[in-house]
Formats: sequence, C-alpha cells, structure tokens
Amino acid sequence: MRIALFVTCLADTMFPQAATATVRLLERLGHEVVFPTEQTCCGQMHVNTGYQREAVPLVRRHVRVFDPYDVIVAPSGSCVGSVRHQHATVARRAGDVRLASRAESVAERTYELSELLVDVLGVTDVGAYYPHRVTYHPTCHSLRMLRVGDRPRQLLGAVRGLDLVELPAAEQCCGFGGTFAVKNPETSTAMLADKMRHVLSTGADVCAAGDVSCLMHIGGGLSRLRTGVRTVHLAEILASTEQSGTVSVASAGRS
Amino acid sequence: MPTTTPPVTAPTGVGHLRGDESFPTAARRSLADPQLRRNLRHATTTIRAKSAGVIAEQSDWEQLRTAGAAIKADTLRRLPDLLEQLEEKVTGAGGVVHWAADAVEANRVVTDLVRATGADRVIKVKSMATQEIGLNEALEAAGITAVETDLAELIVQLGDDRPSHILVPAIHRNRAEIREIFLREMPGVDPALTDDPTALAAAARRFLRETFLSTPVAVSGANFAVAETGTLAVVESEGNGRMCLTLPETLITVMGVEKVVPTWRDLEVFLQLLPRASTGERMNPYTSMWTGVTPGDGPQTFHLVLLDNGRSAVLADEVGRQALRCIRCSACLNVCPVYERAGGHAYGSVYPGPIGAVLSPQLTGIEDNASLPYASTLCGACYDACPVKINIPELLVHLRAEAVESRPRPTAESIAMAAAAYTMDRPRLYAAGQRAARLSRLAGRRGRGLPPPLNGWTASRDLPEPPAQTFREWWAGR
Ligand code: SF4
Repeated sequence: MRIALFVTCLADTMFPQAATATVRLLERLGHEVVFPTEQTCCGQMHVNTGYQREAVPLVRRHVRVFDPYDVIVAPSGSCVGSVRHQHATVARRAGDVRLASRAESVAERTYELSELLVDVLGVTDVGAYYPHRVTYHPTCHSLRMLRVGDRPRQLLGAVRGLDLVELPAAEQCCGFGGTFAVKNPETSTAMLADKMRHVLSTGADVCAAGDVSCLMHIGGGLSRLRTGVRTVHLAEILASTEQSGTVSVASAGRS
Repeated sequence: MPTTTPPVTAPTGVGHLRGDESFPTAARRSLADPQLRRNLRHATTTIRAKSAGVIAEQSDWEQLRTAGAAIKADTLRRLPDLLEQLEEKVTGAGGVVHWAADAVEANRVVTDLVRATGADRVIKVKSMATQEIGLNEALEAAGITAVETDLAELIVQLGDDRPSHILVPAIHRNRAEIREIFLREMPGVDPALTDDPTALAAAARRFLRETFLSTPVAVSGANFAVAETGTLAVVESEGNGRMCLTLPETLITVMGVEKVVPTWRDLEVFLQLLPRASTGERMNPYTSMWTGVTPGDGPQTFHLVLLDNGRSAVLADEVGRQALRCIRCSACLNVCPVYERAGGHAYGSVYPGPIGAVLSPQLTGIEDNASLPYASTLCGACYDACPVKINIPELLVHLRAEAVESRPRPTAESIAMAAAAYTMDRPRLYAAGQRAARLSRLAGRRGRGLPPPLNGWTASRDLPEPPAQTFREWWAGR
C-alpha cells in the first residue's frame, strides 16, 4: 500500500527518530511510504491557543498537500485529532465551506499509527523485538479524541521480549496541553509530578506513548529528576527487531 | 431571542462570576497548599470511583446521555415559548412570576419581596443562581440575614469562606477544619464536639432546627421547572432543603431561565442522570416538587424569579449555547485534573472547574474572564463525564479564539503566532528555521533554559537534545 507520511512539525524538528521509525516499520511490512515535502504543520498550536485565523492558511496547505493520497499516517494522536476534529471547524469559521468539506475528506483518510496498523493494514504482530520493561501512557487525544482504545497495547503485546506493565491512573492527563504548560506552568508541573510518580511506581525502564509532545513533557520531567527512565515513541518499539540491532533504548528525553 | 441588539452580559460589581486575579495567579496559591491538595485529591477520587460504579450498573447510560442532551438542545431552541408556558402555569397555580434581566434586578426583586413580608431573616436552600447574583450580600445590605441550610454551604458561610465546588462547596475543607469552624462560629455549640461526621452533622442540625422553626421566609434555587404544569423541583441529599420548601409561609425561588424542561417525561431522564453523575447515588435522597400554592399545605405565597444575567447572550452563540444544557451535576469538576490541583477558588467564579471555565466567560463576556478558557489541557475527560454531553473542549477552543480576537493587537504572543504561521506556510523558510533553531540551541546552554515566557516550562523540565538531523533532512539524504 502507498502511504503518505504526515510527519508533524514536532517530530520533524525535535523527534525525527519517531518518524524514521514509522518509515522503517511500514517499509519492513512491505508498504511504500511517501513524504510530501511541502507539508509543515497542521496548525494545532494556533487553533488551541486561539489563533484560528492564523491557522487557516496552514489548514489550506495541509489539505492541498495531502488531498492526493488515499492513506495518510502520523505518529501523533493529537495531530491526527486536530486534523479530524479541528480542520473543518477552522475552515467553516473562516467561511470557507469548500475547504471544510475537503478537510473532512482528508481527515477520513488520516490515521494515527496504531489505527493504521490494526484497522487498515490488519496487523497486530509487526515482528518486533524489544527486550525491556515498558509501561504505556495512552495520551488524552489518542484516548478520547481518536478512541484508539487498546490498539497500542495489542501491538505492544505482540512484541517479543517486551514486558508490558500497567501504568496506574493511565488515563489521567500528563499536564502538557501545548501552551497550557507555558500559560499554567505550576498546575502543569503538579500534574506531571503525579504522572512521574505513577511511571516510577511500575519499575519500568521505558515509558512509551504514541505522541511525542506528551513524551517530551514526561521525558523532560523524568530527565530533570535523573530517574534513568526513558521515554520512547510506540513507533520506535515497533520498528526495532533482533536483526536491526536497534534494541537499545532510544531516548526522547535527556539521558 | 433578538439577534439584532448586542448580547447583554452579566453586570460588573454584583455577584460572583469574576475573580480579582487571573487563573494562573490564583491557582498558584492553592498549589502551594499541600493540605488543600490532599483534601481535593481525596474527595475527587472518592466521588469519581463511586460515580463510575453506579454508572456502570446502568446499561443504557449512553442512550440516557443522548436523550438528556437532545431534550436540553430542544428546550434551548424554543426557550422563549417554554418560559411563557411556565409563567402561565405557575400563575394559574397561584404563584407570581418575576422576570429579572440581570443580577441587579433579581436582587432588587427578592429584597423587596422579603421586605414586604416584614422578615429580617431568610433561610436558604443551596442555590447556584443566588450565589451567582450575590443575593446574600444584597440582603445583608438591606438588613436581612440569610442563613444557608445546606451543611456544606453552612460551613462555607460560617467560615467566612467561598464555595469551591458546585455540589460540595466545602470540598477544600477536611473534618478537622470543619470542627474548628463550628467551635469558633456556631452559636451554642458543644465545646466537646469531635470531628466525627455524625457529630458534626448533629451539631449543625441542632443549630438549624431552631432557625427552620422560627423563620417565615425561604429562598431557594431550582434544579428543574416543568413547563407543562408549572412545577418546580429541587433535588438534595440532606432534607434540609425540604424543610425550607415546606415550613415557611413565603417561598421565593430564583431560577436561571435554562432550567426549564418541557414535560414530566423529560424530567424523568434527568432524575436518572443527575444523581449517578453527581454524587454517585442511584436515586436522589430528597426530591421536592411543588406547583404554585396549595391552601393549608406548605408556603401560602410563592414567587418565581426567572433570571437571565447573560444567558440570552450565551443562547445567541451557536457554538456556545450548549453550555446552557448544564444540570450542575459537577461530574466535570470531579474528573478534571486541573481542578483537582488548582482547586475551585482559582476559577474566581461560583462556577468552577471545566464548566466554569466556559460558562463564566460566556456570562460575563470574554474580556472579564479571559484566562479561564486556558485553564485546561483539553484532555477531554470532562466531555466524557458530562451527562448531557456538553463538548467542553470544543467550547474552550471556541472561547480561546474569542479571547484572542477581542484583545487589541499586537501582543508578544500574537506577533509570535503570526510569525510562526507565516513561516509554516513557506516550507523552505520553515526548513531554514529548523536549522537555525538547532544551531542556536547547540550554541547555547544545550536547551536547558528558555527565555520568558517559555522559562516556566524549563523550570521543572529538561528539553531534549536537539537531533543531529531533522526528519526532512534524513529523508532528503536517503
Ligand atoms: S457541564 Fe456537564 S458534567 Fe459539568 S456540571 Fe454541567 S452537566 Fe455536569
């Protein structure tokens, strides 16, 4: 299958390993990945901070760039959530009905990684090998905006060598929330403290998630406390195999 | 409702819909109080678990939520007609209906009504609407004492405190603190009072009993009003409300206009949704209903004050109007991770938590509560919990756009956002920006510190090492 990669601006700039892992994984499964280089950012930061007018050209660009593809994937629950639940609204608010309907059509073809694997490609065992004790943070947008359910855990459950440990209060927000962490730093930190406490209580050496923004937040906190627990994107785990020699833990936070 | 005149919001200088500080500033104080955070975590965790348990028993919970949302949406669509029907039925049953455009008018109507009875004291059933308009303060200015009879509300009143939760106004207090308040403020309290909940409740009962029997005027809110019969309903857990609704000679009810439901059949849906979502009970312990007056039984004079106070403005906003579906169950507060840490006082309004973050700025106008829509991570837990499916995250995003657009520009933020959007709409400039950002970070303190306003982030978190290559560089080089 030919799959267009929507890399997302944060993964592109700060966490390319999540995106390269997505490419390696899909190619290993026998699919063709294309990267439309005219893409930049879905505009989620603008929309969620209240700058809907500024987001209109970004929505227009995103729709133009991705409209030609039948299947689009992003290694980010929140960016897919934005495409699915915000783009048409932004277009409608700006009075552009045509853009809104095209945005809806692109949204229907856009999948978060675990959705693509399980629902579209029909795989749960991707042949990965990852000998670590892992706990999984489901992330709010994957959990509630996309309803990915237990798909990530089905995928992780089939990974050889991986010891999956339950994260207490997993469904509670880590406190990132984009500009929330900047506008309400103390509340954000209090939420992060609880999330870290729960992660540490599992004894896992890796905290995984499907969203680099949450991983940046949790990883940044775990690193500041020098806990030694790493944060890793789901794609990195699924991309690693015994042969690939990439079983060492990649870090999304500071090691 | 007319759409040609500009929407009228709740007036300033009266009532409790606006705080003196922005949310982040007010939250800082609660966050620094470990006792308060322990009390809040304990209380919200307990209610959450209890509510989840009884909701799980109800196999048609999702259909009930859908029905609740649909009934309220339909009600809001034909609100003027339903209110007129309600007025006609209440009047027909011997009640008197008053229309109050805002807090000032509602306070004046109630004060005049109480004065006309000659009483200098009223007993009160816990009511959000009267807190919203600052009725107790208005009565006090007129020389009338208002005694709250809801236990938690009484604790707040005696402690000269502000409520911090819709349903559990004293949620920020624990037993030991309540005992101290009673010992200090409650007339005639036993000095040997312990902090056992039963003992505390008994002390309050003794104090309230005397008040119930000697006060001829009561002021209440209403959870629902049934348009088809003109029936008012109050649901509560303690029975003190029922005392107020039946013992006095005069009953004055202040009700937000959105509380009306068309028929008794509609009411049935909410009487199932409300207790499970709010207190985690299967059925409400006390549900009191009255229609006008009945000779020889209960209050012989009944007044209903229909309060607007910004609600027409909310109704005029197509996206925003869903906030008027709220049945004040407080489920959204109990699941909100921000409320759990920051506490109710941080919201500066009688409506705290997620619903407060959207309803308060809608009632007052966004300028007066511009920080509230940002008091959320958009995690969506409130939307999942809401028994009438108010899409609070959608409303938050909608109101943030209003906040930005109502602000005179440019601000530092608006300049940065416009610049980011400009760059992101030009892939080559964007790629150049990625390279520049990496170089400056590598040259600097390895991403440890960020300039204000972003330093709030790095105060407690490390930024990751910048990667050797962006993804698009990797892709170009394969
Ligand atoms: S918004 Fe929904 S959950 Fe929150 S208090 Fe109102 S009805 Fe309850």
